[in-house]
Amino acid sequence: MLQEKKDIIARLQREVLAMQGYKPGKGGYPVDMGLGTIAAAFPNQTFPLAAVHEFVTTSMEDAAATAGFITTLFSQLLQTGGVMAWISPQPLLFAPAFKQFGVSPERILFLHPKKKKDIGFVMEEALQCEALSAVIADWTDISFTESRRLQLAVEKSKLTGCIIRHSPRQLNTTACVSRWKISTLPSTPVDELPGIGFPTWRVELLKVRNGKPGSWIVEWAGDHLQQPAASGAVIRELARKTG
Amino acid sequence: MAKRFVSVWFRHLSTDGYTLRQPQLKNKAFVLSRPDHGRMIVSAVNALAQAKGITAGMAVADARALFPGIEVLDDQPALASKLLTKMAEWCIRFSPFVAVDLPDGLLIDASGCTHLWGGDTTYLADIYTSFKNKGYTVRVSIADTAGAAWAIARYGKGSVIVEPGKQPEALLSLPPEALRLEAATVERLYKLGLNSVAQFIHMPRHSLQRRFGKHCIMRIEQALGAEEEWLQPVIPVVEYQHRLPCLEPITTAAGIEIALKQLLLELCGRLQREQKGLRQLVFKCYRIDGHTQQLEISTNSPSHHAAHLFKLLEIKLPILEPDLGFELFVLEALGVQDYWSKQEQLWSGAGSVQDLRIAEMIDRIAARIGAANISRYLPDEHYLPERSVKAAASLNETITTTWRDDKPRPIQLLTTPEPITVTAPVPDYPPMSFRYKGVLHTIKKADGPERIEQEWWLQRGQHRDYYAVEDAEGRRYWLFRLGHYEAAKNYQWFMHGFFA
Repeated sequence: MLQEKKDIIARLQREVLAMQGYKPGKGGYPVDMGLGTIAAAFPNQTFPLAAVHEFVTTSMEDAAATAGFITTLFSQLLQTGGVMAWISPQPLLFAPAFKQFGVSPERILFLHPKKKKDIGFVMEEALQCEALSAVIADWTDISFTESRRLQLAVEKSKLTGCIIRHSPRQLNTTACVSRWKISTLPSTPVDELPGIGFPTWRVELLKVRNGKPGSWIVEWAGDHLQQPAASGAVIRELARKTG
Repeated sequence: MAKRFVSVWFRHLSTDGYTLRQPQLKNKAFVLSRPDHGRMIVSAVNALAQAKGITAGMAVADARALFPGIEVLDDQPALASKLLTKMAEWCIRFSPFVAVDLPDGLLIDASGCTHLWGGDTTYLADIYTSFKNKGYTVRVSIADTAGAAWAIARYGKGSVIVEPGKQPEALLSLPPEALRLEAATVERLYKLGLNSVAQFIHMPRHSLQRRFGKHCIMRIEQALGAEEEWLQPVIPVVEYQHRLPCLEPITTAAGIEIALKQLLLELCGRLQREQKGLRQLVFKCYRIDGHTQQLEISTNSPSHHAAHLFKLLEIKLPILEPDLGFELFVLEALGVQDYWSKQEQLWSGAGSVQDLRIAEMIDRIAARIGAANISRYLPDEHYLPERSVKAAASLNETITTTWRDDKPRPIQLLTTPEPITVTAPVPDYPPMSFRYKGVLHTIKKADGPERIEQEWWLQRGQHRDYYAVEDAEGRRYWLFRLGHYEAAKNYQWFMHGFFA
């Protein structure tokens, strides 16, 4: 009887989520984004596709880490082919590096709108194009209204969008489903070898609609995200240093 | 369609031009002169001077001896070609294809035009009288080939109209120079006693070629119509052009949109039937005060999608200033290419870069931010990081070489490396710490060096030694030292990128 009740509640929850705008992405089936334990933070235990996510960065180094993390996310989506658009006013991204994060660089379109007011137009046009798989934009001063427009666009086209906000003056509310913060962490040496290990990040999910925010430490092991072997030690060391 | 050509010969081109500008010369015999080998020679004569026996090429002193009252004016070297170009543009009223035929004529491709005037006779008469009213004495003639028309206009004695297919007969009685041969060839023909075309036109081609060269054969074949002659039109003919004249001047935005939509439907329908697509579109609006405004767009892949093209032009429509109104709209498609309609994908999910929808999305964005701000990168076989990628020329361009991922590359690369101060222990060891934008970074882990030499076949300079370093907080950077580590301190460290 109890089990039955639980099933009913779970089913109803799924229906409510679907009504709230959590719809599966293109193709109508959920995609495993390779997030591992992080996925548990989301409703239905799946990363919301057909939605817009927000990333906050405070430094150049974190911006690089954010770009890396987003690319690893979408590498799962682009495995069967597809094109990604990356909108940034400054041409800073270096195409060959995307290969390391699982996306073939020739499948990325780099759009550089020079005027601030053009970013919104370009992002909306890109999100309406169903032939794309994902759209990422460096858009610091997005207003709530503009984020609503993006949400309406993705609901129609079932695309996934990301907004990177680089040191926003004011962290205003947006209609995005989640707010992330990615920062760099010291890497763990691989097999006790000297030199730099896999890229390691602290992934903070500051906000997520109908989910549980949290903080994780992950590293990109060339083809998948994983828990660093010595993450406990790293955290202890950091805790000791920061007091 | 059978070809018809009109040749217009200006008998006194430069002098008529002078008379028009200086009407007082009208009833005077005058010549134009230019210096040649230290003396003045006559370069052009008007009709009155010609009647006195003066011809072009004569020394001015001889002309003065023949007729002491003659007026001598300076010739302007580019005058003839300037006049001819102007006249050719004016002649567009007779046919869209008009070519300048230096030094003293025009060639008009009249194929399919003459019936609009009611036949060859009235067509030629109209051209003749138009020029006569302007003040130019011309001779005109029409034939199936440009060569035959040229010959009849200058040397013909009888009718100036050569009936279709009758050019061999018409040419027979003419002198050899009527075939536009080189002066040396003409002289040799006369020496051999061949005073008319009839005497040598039926000779075997190979013996003619042996004596008079290939050029002679080419001219004969061109005059007879056996060989195609290529002319350069003074205004290039746009093949895909649609016009929409308006009874009332159009002033409203809605009106312009309707005109554009109608033109696009016509043009795209035609392109679709012919399996073509356009890469460039020009929308010209002619205002009633004679002012012309135009909008231009270009597309990434051949397109005949009317709705898409309309969207691209729609963004630019507010630039137009109708003022008193537009009376004529012209839509020109340039760069028309074959359009290969791809098979519709059954599962229209994630597209490839070649997807038409992506091309159209890029067109729309390019109309707003400019095509130069949209790029897609392909690997290039160079060692320097800034040269290791090249912008793809088109969406259809595929990679010819592989992306290298054996060496670490930062995800953010500074366009200009920024100088930093570094504490480095021993040559070729990674630095211990560095200061970037006022912040001291202590290096905990490092990889390198990766030496990248200058590509001497492209540019000179010092080599770079790259290090990937990680500081105590886990921030990862790409640094390099320019030049050898030596006591003279002839080197500098730079920050070049940020790793994820």
